[in-house]
Amino acid sequence: MSKIIELKNVNKWFDKFQVLKDIDLEVAPQEKIVICGPSGSGKSTLIRCINRLEEHQEGNIIVDGTELSESTKNIEKIRAEVGMVFQQFNLFPHLSILDNCSLAPIWVKKLPKKQAEEIAMNNLKRVQIDDQALKFPGQLSGGQQQRAAIARALCMEPKIMLFDEPTSALDPEMIKEVLDVMVDLAKGGMTMIVVTHEMGFAKEVADYMIFMDEGKIVERAKTKEFFENPKSDRTKLFLSQIL
Amino acid sequence: MNLIAKPSKENIKTYVPIGLSLVSLSILDVFVNAFFNFNLMAFLPSALSYFLPLILGFTGFYLIRIEFSGARSLDILNKNINSNNFNALLTLFTIFIIIKSIPPMLDWFILDANFVGNSKDDCTGDGACWVFIKVWFNRFMYGLYPDAEQWRINTAFLILFAVVGASFFVSEKLKKYFILFLVFVFPFLGIKLISGGSFGLEYVESAAWGGLSLTFIISAFAILFCFPIGVILALGRRSSLPAIKYISIGFIELWRGVPLITVLFMSAVMFPMFLPDGTFIDKLIRVLIAITLFEAAYMAEVVRGGLQALPKGQYEAAKSLGMGYWRMNALIILPQALKLVIPGIANTLLALVKDTPLIFVVGLMELAGMIGLAKTNPKWLGMAMEGYVFAGLVFWVICYAMSRYSQNLEKKLSTER
Repeated sequence: MSKIIELKNVNKWFDKFQVLKDIDLEVAPQEKIVICGPSGSGKSTLIRCINRLEEHQEGNIIVDGTELSESTKNIEKIRAEVGMVFQQFNLFPHLSILDNCSLAPIWVKKLPKKQAEEIAMNNLKRVQIDDQALKFPGQLSGGQQQRAAIARALCMEPKIMLFDEPTSALDPEMIKEVLDVMVDLAKGGMTMIVVTHEMGFAKEVADYMIFMDEGKIVERAKTKEFFENPKSDRTKLFLSQIL
Repeated sequence: MNLIAKPSKENIKTYVPIGLSLVSLSILDVFVNAFFNFNLMAFLPSALSYFLPLILGFTGFYLIRIEFSGARSLDILNKNINSNNFNALLTLFTIFIIIKSIPPMLDWFILDANFVGNSKDDCTGDGACWVFIKVWFNRFMYGLYPDAEQWRINTAFLILFAVVGASFFVSEKLKKYFILFLVFVFPFLGIKLISGGSFGLEYVESAAWGGLSLTFIISAFAILFCFPIGVILALGRRSSLPAIKYISIGFIELWRGVPLITVLFMSAVMFPMFLPDGTFIDKLIRVLIAITLFEAAYMAEVVRGGLQALPKGQYEAAKSLGMGYWRMNALIILPQALKLVIPGIANTLLALVKDTPLIFVVGLMELAGMIGLAKTNPKWLGMAMEGYVFAGLVFWVICYAMSRYSQNLEKKLSTER
């Protein structure tokens, strides 16, 4: 199967501090990958490089056949194909939930307003907040906001979804409603890369687990193997603390 | 010390009536003194009668200061204007000053003022000579614009107010066209109407323009242009492209560092020297450009404040949805940033309106300038007070209206319900 995301030998520095060290990663279409690791290990930076919210300095990142580099003119095109969900939701507070969802389809994909709103309503139904469509983000609970953010990303009909600690800013009782939506999405065949500490979720949907520490990929293994028989000591230590 | 018990709930029935009468008496005394020039306490030694209202009021306020009295209105009164001795004194002083200042103001503005007549000789009273404003009113509104052509200015402003007024009542879609008309068509239509020179309208050179209409013209054009330029400069200052960034910084800091009066002077006197012979740019246009660029620099910094207040996540969310720089700014960033800085924008625009009188340095006379001119007329010497009170009032009305509008806008755009 051909790869939809390829990272070859990626290095990245913030000033002199190296955040990513020789990262190699391949993701096939419809694969679900969960990245875990201690904070500061470069997990978020890694997935933010995939839609170029961060720039890497060395190596190659190829997303859906396009290499991301300094001269990438159509980075917007790539980003439109790669949906992203943030820890802090980042909904647009000046727009209603419906407008949050239909804005990019209208202005980036140039869909007619009516069609864009139809797509938006379908996706809001999918994450079960279609009844909140006309409210503003500030009027919703954290869990509802994060589901709205997922719906917003889905409205662009992306090929890949990136999740950057989507449940870390949520109250415990709201985590489940967001994870349910993500599980549902995973079962629908979406290609997903998820940075999370929710190991239950990882066990349920991930094809591969990646463990990162100090900017390096320490371990990459099939989910079952990763949890039952981790190879590196660092992984074992991490898992013993988190499970 | 125990001669009088501390005011409390037990003696509320005696203390509150006494206290209230004392306060009323003190206010009555000042009132009678101020309005009828009669001293109720004249039988007392003069020094004492002078301070008596203060002493009476202060004692009265002390007596009614009962905590948790149970009487709702008394509690509210105590909490707001009588919470301690100092507070009570401040309250008394404020009341006294207001009462004391009403009669002289009333006298000057209305009772002793003159409204009828055509010349300074008709002003026989001690108060204001409103005849001055009446006689010069036409000049204060239109400057030296020929009387026979003033209908053109009236028409232009009538169209403006009609379209603005109508835009509040029409549908959203129609409103969009109204705004487009106001921003892109009307300014040029209006200027053409006022300046003339074609369509059979007599040409009126800009040196003849003046008065309040000129205040409006300059303010409106400067606001219209300084706003987009300011936004672009603010974006430019935050640009990742060094050339654009440093040009923006240089521009902003240059214009912000120079007093407006210097800028105006340069635009009128120095600038023409740099132009090739034979080219000529109308003085009013030069002044307009100068004010616009000057205020744009301030506007840029106000807008930048809003841009910086937005969390980085908003930029990232917009980018991650595939929006480019301009779409991201137009749809996501600016709507939020501008909403945040409405008070600052209003501030800058109010300052702009109030800065327009400075154009007198280049010989253009808007409202305050015309008043300054009129008061030096040999037949009307000594009318500075009336003139500037009038100017102050007109500017206040304009600025207050703008301020209210900005507050309304803020409320209307708020989504944090």
